Amino acid sequence: MTVDWIWSNLPRITELTLNHIGLTVIPTILGLIVALPLGWWAHRSRRSYPAIVGAASLLYTVPSLALFVILPQILGTRILDPINVVVALTVYTISLLVRVVADGLNSVPHETVQAADAMGYRAWQRLVLVELPNAIPVIAAGLRIAVVSNVSILTMAALLGIPQLGTLFTQGFQLRLYVPLVTGILLCVALAIAFDSLIVWLGRLLTPWRQKTVTA
Amino acid sequence: MSLLEWFLDPAHWSGADGIPMQIGVHLFYSAVALALSLLFAVPLGIYIGFTGKGEGIVAGIANALRALPTLGLLVLLFLLLSPVVPGQLVYGIPTVIVLVLLAVPPILTGTYAGIQAADTEAVNAARGMGYSQVQILWFVQLPCALPLLLSGVRSSTLQIVSTATVAAYLGLQGLGRFILDGRAQGDFSQMAAGAILLAALALILELAFIAVGRLIVSPGLQRTTRAPRKIVPTTATAAIRLTAS
Amino acid sequence: MIFFDAVSKMYPDGTVAVDNLSLNAPNGKLTVLVGPSGCGKTTSMRMINRLIAPSSGTISLDGVDTQSMNAVQLRRKIGYVIQNAGLFPHRTIVDNVAALPRLLGGSRKQTRMHAMELLEHVGLDSSFASRYPWQLSGGQQQRVGVARALATDPPYLLMDEPFSAVDPIVRAQLQDEFLRLQADISKTIVLVTHDVDEALKLGDQVAVLRTGGTLAQVASPADLLAHPTDAFVADFVGSARGYRALGFVNTDDSIPVTPEQTVTLGQHTSTIGRTPSRWILAVNAVNQPVGWVDVELIAGDIISASDLNLSGTVTSAAGSVRDLLNSALASPSSRAVMIDSAGALRGTVTLHDIVSAIGQAKEARPNS
Repeated sequence: MTVDWIWSNLPRITELTLNHIGLTVIPTILGLIVALPLGWWAHRSRRSYPAIVGAASLLYTVPSLALFVILPQILGTRILDPINVVVALTVYTISLLVRVVADGLNSVPHETVQAADAMGYRAWQRLVLVELPNAIPVIAAGLRIAVVSNVSILTMAALLGIPQLGTLFTQGFQLRLYVPLVTGILLCVALAIAFDSLIVWLGRLLTPWRQKTVTA
Repeated sequence: MSLLEWFLDPAHWSGADGIPMQIGVHLFYSAVALALSLLFAVPLGIYIGFTGKGEGIVAGIANALRALPTLGLLVLLFLLLSPVVPGQLVYGIPTVIVLVLLAVPPILTGTYAGIQAADTEAVNAARGMGYSQVQILWFVQLPCALPLLLSGVRSSTLQIVSTATVAAYLGLQGLGRFILDGRAQGDFSQMAAGAILLAALALILELAFIAVGRLIVSPGLQRTTRAPRKIVPTTATAAIRLTAS
Repeated sequence: MIFFDAVSKMYPDGTVAVDNLSLNAPNGKLTVLVGPSGCGKTTSMRMINRLIAPSSGTISLDGVDTQSMNAVQLRRKIGYVIQNAGLFPHRTIVDNVAALPRLLGGSRKQTRMHAMELLEHVGLDSSFASRYPWQLSGGQQQRVGVARALATDPPYLLMDEPFSAVDPIVRAQLQDEFLRLQADISKTIVLVTHDVDEALKLGDQVAVLRTGGTLAQVASPADLLAHPTDAFVADFVGSARGYRALGFVNTDDSIPVTPEQTVTLGQHTSTIGRTPSRWILAVNAVNQPVGWVDVELIAGDIISASDLNLSGTVTSAAGSVRDLLNSALASPSSRAVMIDSAGALRGTVTLHDIVSAIGQAKEARPNS
């Protein structure tokens, strides 16, 4: 009966999973793109660090359900528009990663940065060729947390009716059925592990000089 | 009815499903869950921080729990418990269990990471000066652990308040009612009002935590003029620092 | 008296950190453990307050075996100063110093008052009292560390590389101040350092340990320089030991101090008169030397500060022959300037007289 349900609902499960992947990956990447310059700014200016990081982390305190509802009012979108979810998860990703990027850049040894200066690197060359590569382990650690959180937070959008794996939870509740519910949970966990491993792998690939990677 | 009109309507400010009551219920569930989590997580965190035992397991569980979707967990527990728990408690108990499950890891990690992050030289000095183990814990390690411990509690509290909203989906009272009822009735003003109340509550709690931190954490540990310490965070400590702040 | 009786420390992996160490640290004296890294000096010290347990042998304090005491009670009798001070980051400076007395039941008011006195004693202004450790420099933190170790007035003091983490100038200051303090309080001290200069400067007796945790030699600094027991010790105390040894020879009456003709700043050149050499010593209003003046190169009619050659140094009457020799070598006139305890000029000593005094002293004691 379990297999039957999954089999007969396979196209729908696949669609929900693909939705889930898209709605997780897009905000995570967008969030990283926005967080990089913001984090760099916070890193560069000791004075603005508390303000930038503080404001970013304050955004994180807004509960997801509230954000999903408030955003349409601000963006002028309809409540069921997936853009709301994309923007909300992007906001969360930014709020997590701004601090990570700033701390990651701060974690680059002072001597390394000075050596780059002494060798005549321009500011942007130093950032791209020296500081960012050395900050990758810290940024990757933050990105892992962001993507795993996003996989989980996204399911909340099912309460408003936006289709993704969370839809299986509401369906399970309405029908008092374990199968869709457990299928959804397992797929979520699998996705989280897959994204997490992907980032670990990418992080290693990008930092071949490191002997040990940061482990959980 | 506009959002402002909804807020100005006196009917929404009284009665069993009025704003004050829903906020009260929301806070009540949150407080119960937080108290239970503290009771469990702080002593265990102290034990782990002090002995270094079980750290890997806890970090693993904390990571795994982050990957578990709260909504799914809530529904699963509800379906599992509904045959065994009688009456109205069937809604409350799964909710509180899920809230505690979510709240324990940040407090636990904050406590043990805080104790382990306590200045080792200060701990060595204390031991050399003749502090007993308990005195080192109480007078040196715990005060030094307070910033990370508080971060953990703050993170847990926000997680609880946020997740308690979802409990409305099972039929529980609280601020989630406005959002879900509004959604069901197509009443967008009510939905938005609920969302704003919820966001405001979370922000107020966050600011309250910052204020409490300023009050009870020694100024010696609140060095704001220095760059953040150069540490390569493990995902466990990174997680607290990230989600907590 | 801290007494090591055949103490060894062996780790489970077979590493021998300390090998059959027997050593006596006499009461009221400062004993330095010095040696290269891996010589077990820190391990030896930590066995005294039982932060590390010896594998065999006994350590006794005034005849009482430390193993027979409660570890916590033992440590409370022994002040402990470590390299980076290890101050409690969450306590203010005064509360750091008052921490242990308070723990032992002292009243807040009384312990703080005593802590303030101690801070003054180690040369910290009372304005530091309400600050937190991170607001202090390394040298200041180290002073607090010393004050904290003295807070309960323990008879013993253990110091683990106490001055190593600060820059050389601050280190020299801290060492000088600490020697003055020790002259005052006469604690029984064991100090660990890897710096042989520090060992020779601070120690009443110096124990040189070699890699593998064996004791190479225990002796007074002067003896260590004069009679190194083997090539290792000779090498360790350094090739400059001949010169260093002069640091332990006091200036005495055998060295002739001659009165020196002086000028003062602002004096008209016409009033100088005949000088024995082209260099003449300038003093201030209270007869304290301020520098040498080249009479042939005075720029105007008045002797001004810009005419001073500042390369010379002064030696106090209580100083060593090494100080005196250094003063003569640094002076453009090759004359060492000697001052009294008030800093006023006593006279000068020629380089020639110093060298012949050293020669005579060596002949009188052929082995040194």
